[in-house]
Amino acid sequence: MGRSAQVSALEAERLSIAFGGVRAIDEVSLAIEPGVVFSIIGPNGAGKTTLFNLFSGLYVPLAGRVLFAGKDVTGLSPDRLARRGLSRTFQNLQIFFRMTVLENVMVGRHRHETTGVLADLLHLPSVRRQNRRTREAARAALSRVGLEAEAERRADALPYGALKRLELARALASEPKVLLLDEPAAGCNPVETKELDAVIRSIAKEGITVVLVEHDMRLVMNISDRVHVLANGRTLAEGSAAEVRSHPAVVEAYLGVHGAQEAANAFG
Amino acid sequence: MSVRDLSRHPLAALAWIVPIITVLPLFFPSAYYYRIGALVFIFALAALGLNLLMGFAGQVSLGHAGFLGIGGYAVAIGPAYLGVPAWLAIIGGAVLSGLIAYAVGRPILRLKGHYLAVATLGFGLLIAIVLTNESAWTGGPDGISVPRPALFGLNMRRSEPWYWLAAASFLLSAVIATNLIDSPTGRALRAIHDSELAARVLGIDVGQAKLAVFAISAAYASVAGSYLALFNGHITPDIAGFLNSIELAAMVVLGGMGSVVGSLVGAAVLVVLPQVLTILHEYEHIMLGLILMGCMIFLRRGIVPSLQAAWAGARR
Repeated sequence: MGRSAQVSALEAERLSIAFGGVRAIDEVSLAIEPGVVFSIIGPNGAGKTTLFNLFSGLYVPLAGRVLFAGKDVTGLSPDRLARRGLSRTFQNLQIFFRMTVLENVMVGRHRHETTGVLADLLHLPSVRRQNRRTREAARAALSRVGLEAEAERRADALPYGALKRLELARALASEPKVLLLDEPAAGCNPVETKELDAVIRSIAKEGITVVLVEHDMRLVMNISDRVHVLANGRTLAEGSAAEVRSHPAVVEAYLGVHGAQEAANAFG
Repeated sequence: MSVRDLSRHPLAALAWIVPIITVLPLFFPSAYYYRIGALVFIFALAALGLNLLMGFAGQVSLGHAGFLGIGGYAVAIGPAYLGVPAWLAIIGGAVLSGLIAYAVGRPILRLKGHYLAVATLGFGLLIAIVLTNESAWTGGPDGISVPRPALFGLNMRRSEPWYWLAAASFLLSAVIATNLIDSPTGRALRAIHDSELAARVLGIDVGQAKLAVFAISAAYASVAGSYLALFNGHITPDIAGFLNSIELAAMVVLGGMGSVVGSLVGAAVLVVLPQVLTILHEYEHIMLGLILMGCMIFLRRGIVPSLQAAWAGARR
């Protein structure tokens, strides 16, 4: 394939991690090409979020390597990975609740800001100019998810669905190269999910690589260029949405864990 | 800029303090009131520094009086033993406090919550013990006298100039604190308070940010300690004691965590109230305790934030 010459945006090489002797991720290898929407699916407890935590530096792997834009970043701290252009959202919200909606997104600009404690204490003109730029970029990110009207409200005054979009806006404001989305559609109604679909497409169109963990199979099958299936911490299958959907091992895994109803929902 | 924009400026909250500072002395019947006023602003200065650490960054310190002690002894030892002028000793003490905070903070700021509280408590006790035992320099438990030079051409033996100096210093430090809050560093600190996890994955070096605010808050306390020693003309190791650390933390929580004005209100309540309550003689401390408990029960977010919330609710 001609595409194989390209350096992967994000790559796992025989990645493993164990908790209390149980291998939560067991020799998982995957390579994500730049600019695609790459979904990781699997039954509950398959290790999807654990894999995200390994990618974003929150966990250090027991074995294996993580490559970011072709460079070995295994064991690098989350903040250093973020400064290189890896951003993520969380399955259980991690919002700065005592800050305003706009300030939340401004924090997302942190990696693009030059910070000097002394300059900040004195509020030098350079700090004020930068604050203005940060504010503008944050507003732009908010309008992408339709939250610009809420900019000045305190984050804790927002409903759940809006908070999910706020996290997305915050991650977008960091202008990542790779964006990890951990169940962005969880708790969203069908209309919100449809909007999310459009937002994710527009993100991918900009050339940002999107890695998605999601239970809403309709969303996954709609927007994914590639789908990687995990079960019990191991790779079960990988392929296009159509390939994975009809893969016997995948169907069986879903049937075995959730029963026929779930499988019908998932692949119906 | 319209009036509305001005009123929303981050420094607007401080603007109304200026007339209060200038008008209040018109009602002072004696020099004693200047003394109390000066003490309020000196403690407010230390409380504000601690508030940056506790209220904004969410990191507790129960040893901040240790930095009061370092600043206090800097102006006692510097001029007497090293021939350093008082103003330079104040700055030197603040720098030293910042450096010590930086060194001590590296291992202990990794701790969270109660563990951090106990570690900072230990640090404060350590400073108090050193100040007590190094009697060749510090005069031991009896303390030493602090030379009171003319500062800025004023006779600093009187309380009145101290009132103005302390008030001006508090205002300046409040402006600096407000600047910090509305900056990348300040946003990073507030982010750490709410979710360290999210702060980290957004590229914030959490350890470095905590160290910075710990050092800044130590410098604030140190300057307050220097003022306190110069103002009293005498200093004992009690300045670095546990009670002072607790009092500073109480000022922050009572006035309002994360509120610049709250630090002033908290300091005012805890400095003025004991003076007022002396009229109750033996019931003084009982009353003080009850008032503090009442404040926290009915204004649980602290005096200033609770009243602000009530005011915003009433206007809606």
